[in-house]
Amino acid sequence: MTSGLWELVLAGIWITIQLLVLSALLATAVSFGVGIARTHRLWIVRFLAGFYTEVFRGTSALIMIFWVFFVLPPAFGWQLVPLWAGTLALGLTYGAYGAEIVRGALNSVDPAQREGGIALSFTPWQRLRLILLPQAVPEMIPPFSNLLIELLKGTALVSVMGMGDLAFSGNLVRLALQESAGIYTYILLIYFVIAFLLTRVMRGLERRLKAGVGRAGAAGKPGPTPEQELRRPETTGVAAGGGV
Amino acid sequence: MQWDWGAVADFMPHFWDGLLVTLQALVLGSLIAFALGLVWALLMRTPSRFVRWPVGVVTEFIRNTPLLVQLFFLFYVLPEWNLTFAALTTGVVAIGLHYSTYTMQVYRAGIEAVPAGQWEAATALNLPLRRTWTAVILPQAVRRVVPALGNYVISMLKDTPMLMAITVLDMLGEARLFAQQNFQFTEPLTVIGVAFILISYLASVLLRTLERRLVR
Repeated sequence: MTSGLWELVLAGIWITIQLLVLSALLATAVSFGVGIARTHRLWIVRFLAGFYTEVFRGTSALIMIFWVFFVLPPAFGWQLVPLWAGTLALGLTYGAYGAEIVRGALNSVDPAQREGGIALSFTPWQRLRLILLPQAVPEMIPPFSNLLIELLKGTALVSVMGMGDLAFSGNLVRLALQESAGIYTYILLIYFVIAFLLTRVMRGLERRLKAGVGRAGAAGKPGPTPEQELRRPETTGVAAGGGV
Repeated sequence: MQWDWGAVADFMPHFWDGLLVTLQALVLGSLIAFALGLVWALLMRTPSRFVRWPVGVVTEFIRNTPLLVQLFFLFYVLPEWNLTFAALTTGVVAIGLHYSTYTMQVYRAGIEAVPAGQWEAATALNLPLRRTWTAVILPQAVRRVVPALGNYVISMLKDTPMLMAITVLDMLGEARLFAQQNFQFTEPLTVIGVAFILISYLASVLLRTLERRLVR
């Protein structure tokens, strides 16, 4: 491979990373917003949040991408830059999966903690911010780590729309060299390395957060226990995976 | 935003063709994933680490890289090695292989959840290894894993649109073809989007019923 082709691959890596970071930020915001809304005391808020998760988890990420690229522009009269369109589709879809993680972690906090907050006459917002979230967030990190890997794999989908990400650069190099085994092996390896680095970062984050609530020993276990693996609520593939 | 019911009516025959292909890919892919996942899970339990280590690395690699690129790999590289398959076959193999690395973990969990007393009883009865597996461990393990496997069937359903990228005319493939021929994107894409939501919602309701029955 010539250096020009490698530059193509490097540009692809850069696009993939940009897309990953932006859509991870959007997905995190959506996860917390919708996940917390699902524990709201008004039924209409819970219902709307539940409706959102069912719709966005029910459809396929690739179909969402097509929809954002082809249906939104004529329907609303404006067109997004490809990077933002990809971010929107991926962030909304994976945010729906993340909302389930947030809801599950919030529900798994000991109910006595919430009652303690009520007894101290905390407002709902104070309860959430000072009592529930600090205990729930460390529990969310392992499933979020798996979701982040799924999101990384999901970013490859934008190449179908002609966005020049890593998977797309692989196609360009294949066309240039008329040879595919080598370049696709490299592309897969690069994705694997990014995934490996991400799991390491998330594991470090988990250890830090767990130390913050005095549960340092429990961090860094490789993979879920058998019981968790079988009892996983309505997974859609997002919570599997585990340690690299 | 204008919505044209005529376009929906024109698209419906293509929709049913696409649905058939999607379901074919889903059923065959699931069969491969279930069978191969069990093979991986059993190989990971062999005493020799010269088996466990390569299997672990390969499955970890497949699980952490995008299915789309794996599809391209199989679709473009296999012909270079003089192995030519239909696009749908390639797609089914890729999906099955990818998800076998997920089902493998489900089987592993199911096997580990069988109480140790069952193993000890099999040893006490002097059962050969093969019969321990086929008559004692696997029947109990498989019962526990059915709901978890069902979850992966639903997520496989949502990954079948990727087959479009290797020229398979599944639901999304049909929708895109129709859209390009008639310059009507809104209707076919919305129809298949709604179809996916309905199918996966029904499947998850079905799965929860199944789960209640099996766990009881």
